Amino acid sequence: MQAFTVLTGIAAPMPQANIDTDKIIPARFLKSIERSGFGKNLFANYRYMPDGSENPDFVLNQEPYRKAEVLIAFENFGCGSSREHAPWALLDFGIRCVIAPDFADIFHNNSFKNGVLPVKLPRAVCEQLMEDSRMGENARITVDLEREVVVRPNGEEIPFKIDPLRRHLMLNGLDDIGQTMQHVSAIDSYEAKQRAAQPWLNR
Amino acid sequence: MSGQKPRTLFDKIWDAHVVETLPDGTALLYIDLHLTHEVTTPQAYAGLRAAGRGVRRPDLTLAVVDHNIATDASRYTGIVDPESRLQVETLEKNVVEFGVPYIPLLSERQGIVHVIGPELGRSLPGMTIVCGDSHTATHGAMGALAFGIGTSEVEHVLATQTLLQKPAKNMRVWVEGTLPVGCSAKDITLAIIGKIGTAGGTGHVIEYAGDAIRGLDMAGRMTLCNMAIEGGARAGMVAPDEKTFEYVANTPDGPKGAALDAAIAYWKTLPSDEGAHFDKEVRLRAEEIAPQVTWGTSPEDVLPITASVPDPAEAPNEVRRAQMQRMLDYMGLEAGQKLQDVKVDVVFIGSCTNSRIEDMRAAAAIAKGRQVAPGVRALVVPGSGLVKKQAEAEGLDVVLREAGFEWREPSCSMCLGMNPDKLTPGQRCASTSNRNFEGRQGPGGRTHLVSPAMAAAAALAGHLADVREYQPKESV
Ligand code: SF4
Repeated sequence: MQAFTVLTGIAAPMPQANIDTDKIIPARFLKSIERSGFGKNLFANYRYMPDGSENPDFVLNQEPYRKAEVLIAFENFGCGSSREHAPWALLDFGIRCVIAPDFADIFHNNSFKNGVLPVKLPRAVCEQLMEDSRMGENARITVDLEREVVVRPNGEEIPFKIDPLRRHLMLNGLDDIGQTMQHVSAIDSYEAKQRAAQPWLNR
Repeated sequence: MSGQKPRTLFDKIWDAHVVETLPDGTALLYIDLHLTHEVTTPQAYAGLRAAGRGVRRPDLTLAVVDHNIATDASRYTGIVDPESRLQVETLEKNVVEFGVPYIPLLSERQGIVHVIGPELGRSLPGMTIVCGDSHTATHGAMGALAFGIGTSEVEHVLATQTLLQKPAKNMRVWVEGTLPVGCSAKDITLAIIGKIGTAGGTGHVIEYAGDAIRGLDMAGRMTLCNMAIEGGARAGMVAPDEKTFEYVANTPDGPKGAALDAAIAYWKTLPSDEGAHFDKEVRLRAEEIAPQVTWGTSPEDVLPITASVPDPAEAPNEVRRAQMQRMLDYMGLEAGQKLQDVKVDVVFIGSCTNSRIEDMRAAAAIAKGRQVAPGVRALVVPGSGLVKKQAEAEGLDVVLREAGFEWREPSCSMCLGMNPDKLTPGQRCASTSNRNFEGRQGPGGRTHLVSPAMAAAAALAGHLADVREYQPKESV
């Protein structure tokens, strides 16, 4: 996993609540057996017209948002399916951070595991950032995971909080399987104990 | 354990599975059953291979194909879509390489992962169950802690049989009273989401309680828990009781004899203790629930079938007004239009929400002796080979076919636009599935979520219809 420390980039405004994972990447594009290549189908149902041409009204088809690295949205971002293809598609497009008032649980989890940082900020702050992002190419937003602050284009700093373990893994680009493997003897003894107490679980 | 503070069903299962607690409070949680399918596993197996890791407990893992499978004869002759075929073949290679038990496509046990887990007796009370699929919540009906995970977590469970998890909060939804005629578990679950909203359960595990829940059969409880995720909850659960034990006793692979007795003795200790703390409690009266239908593109946008399409002008605020207007535009509906006047093109009875034998019976009971309206395509897709076999033994397929329904092969089918069963742009569908998101059943498709009986009634009427006006002519 790619480490996430600090990012300064263009933020794309998507002023909607309940942006679900079917919107982020429709099911018909889940057929790949790879982790990459999903970026071209990110938000496909909105980004492209039925004939396959670009929809000029969709934010990611407009300058400067074609190069967006941050997405600003409203409540319950990433609800719906557990598909990890959603953060993969964001990442493959170049988006490394989503800022919203809150996130659906599974998406929230999946994002951390792929180096996409979900930042929770109050609705009013998201509205401010939404306005900032509409100002133009130079209105860049900085997301600093080290210091846990978002820096608005005018320099104002807005603090956010990330779970310490997740922050550590993300800052260092660590994969949690390696972490868990360090506890293998505890897993062994749990299994032995459970095998004795609940024999019906063993097949 | 005396003197311990009262615990919820969730707390008990959680506590019993904590291998270790890390300094920041994250638990390393042991997983008793890992269900897998073709869509969310290829990258996980690739990750294992790249790191030189194996599957720690293949015996606690079960693989099946469901999402990509067509419901017609191509099931036997070969998958037509090359990408779908590759995904299925990749799973078939991976299960051999990693030694994971697999239910082959042509086995009568094949079916939707959330139908077969309980049906085979693999999903049991007190277990932790995960699957790379958000509707894993379904298995909570068994009195298990079951939740959906992403592909990285699938890889983590394959490698370690554990997950890193923060405990969820406890929420209890009470449904008391007697459910009116024409209503089912689907109407309860939709009514709950209508009440709490799609984020109402975020960060929580919902325990469903009350006599209306106890009164549901196991299939109904599965329908209920299936949609816990649509209310934002991490999982839904129902405490195990005699119905649960009897259900398990009749499964092909569940524990038998002394093992079953020992298991039941343990399962009886699981229900929430008197006085256990819930962070949130919500109450509904069953009598107040009417047959439900969604009108928008989020499951919370749901109303009784007797209602009319709501008017965005009456929205409480500007944000909601804009959102409602957008939904009406997408759905092709007018404010004030009666829901019962909304014409349908397609009816889909199936998915992990409603494709069990009880659902097939409910649809057949309404369909018997009647005819699907001209111009309506109505599909009935059993959730597994075993459901299909049982339905055919009862003659339900004949009843449905005679009424003009198509009787298909088990698969996720038209629940999501991933296999050949899809809506075309603008088509309107009364569907027993669980998501009415834009494009969920195919780009531009319009979904109205309903119960199996309501779906059957819509097929007969040619428009959304009140099932109470289509009660069975005679028992099937
Ligand atoms: S039936 Fe639908 S919701 Fe259920 S597992 Fe299949 S695709 Fe997912």
